[in-house]
Amino acid sequence: MNGPARLLVALLAAALGGLLLWVLATALAARPEPALAEAAFAALPLTGVGNPVTAVLLDYRAYDTLLELAVLLAALLGIWSLGPPAPAYQRAGSALRAMVAWVVPLLILTGGYLLWAGGQVPGGAFQGGALLGAAGVVLRLAGDPRAGLPGESLQRLLAVLGVGAFLLVGLTVLAFGRDLLDYPTDWSKWLILAIEGAATLAIGATLAAAYVGGRPPGEGR
Amino acid sequence: MSTQLLYGGAGVALCVLGLWAFLVHRPLLRKLIAINIMGSGVFHLLIALAERDGAPPDPVPHALVLTGIVVAVSATALALVFGRRLDEQGGVPEDER
Repeated sequence: MNGPARLLVALLAAALGGLLLWVLATALAARPEPALAEAAFAALPLTGVGNPVTAVLLDYRAYDTLLELAVLLAALLGIWSLGPPAPAYQRAGSALRAMVAWVVPLLILTGGYLLWAGGQVPGGAFQGGALLGAAGVVLRLAGDPRAGLPGESLQRLLAVLGVGAFLLVGLTVLAFGRDLLDYPTDWSKWLILAIEGAATLAIGATLAAAYVGGRPPGEGR
Repeated sequence: MSTQLLYGGAGVALCVLGLWAFLVHRPLLRKLIAINIMGSGVFHLLIALAERDGAPPDPVPHALVLTGIVVAVSATALALVFGRRLDEQGGVPEDER
């Protein structure tokens, strides 16, 4: 792109930024009352969890989160369909290896804690899964070609675990005459925890596999 | 109110910067980074709008941002793999630049 066109784009972008800032300032000055927030807090006792963000993710908007997990799965399938990964890094030196031996278990432990804590305080499946994915990234950087993930068939199972558990719970409550993903109140907490556990594993495995960046070497290929 | 405006305004600034960089730069990697900066700006803005002075923040935008971050990371990974494959095949064809 040549000089005048660059300048024009910059001017137009600055004008757009100014317009958006003005809209934001006007909107904030009007002090809108978010109606959804009150509704979200009011229905919290029905969901069995104390963290409103988890309630939004896994109960009120569970359908949305199910589709987000499907997007994650689709991205991983796209990555796998583009061929084998780049070659692994060389095996790390002893100092990095010693640190990895400490950091990876701690990341897994913290991920598990975040998953459990997500019921009451900030935390949950996405944060826990991100930490598991980070553990995979650290392992891959230290020279593990598979980023700590299991073999191909198990990886496939892990990748569909989140969507699978979500659908299983959703269809089961459907079979008992409720709406899709409308959990019975007594069971709600445990159903949410089960879905979150499966989603944590799936998100962690998907992120680590995405970092590897290619189809895992198959056993029979 | 002013903290909210500052944080949301920073989000708008990031978004516009990302849009500019996306339009002006040619290399695919830079475009990808620019899109990610735009996304971060949107997340900033949503979190700023969730603030309700005194009361606990609105959980709905928080949940949207949380899932959005993970989806953005995985979409970026897919785009990077696309870019690597494109480089292996000899880059973007001359007549499509």
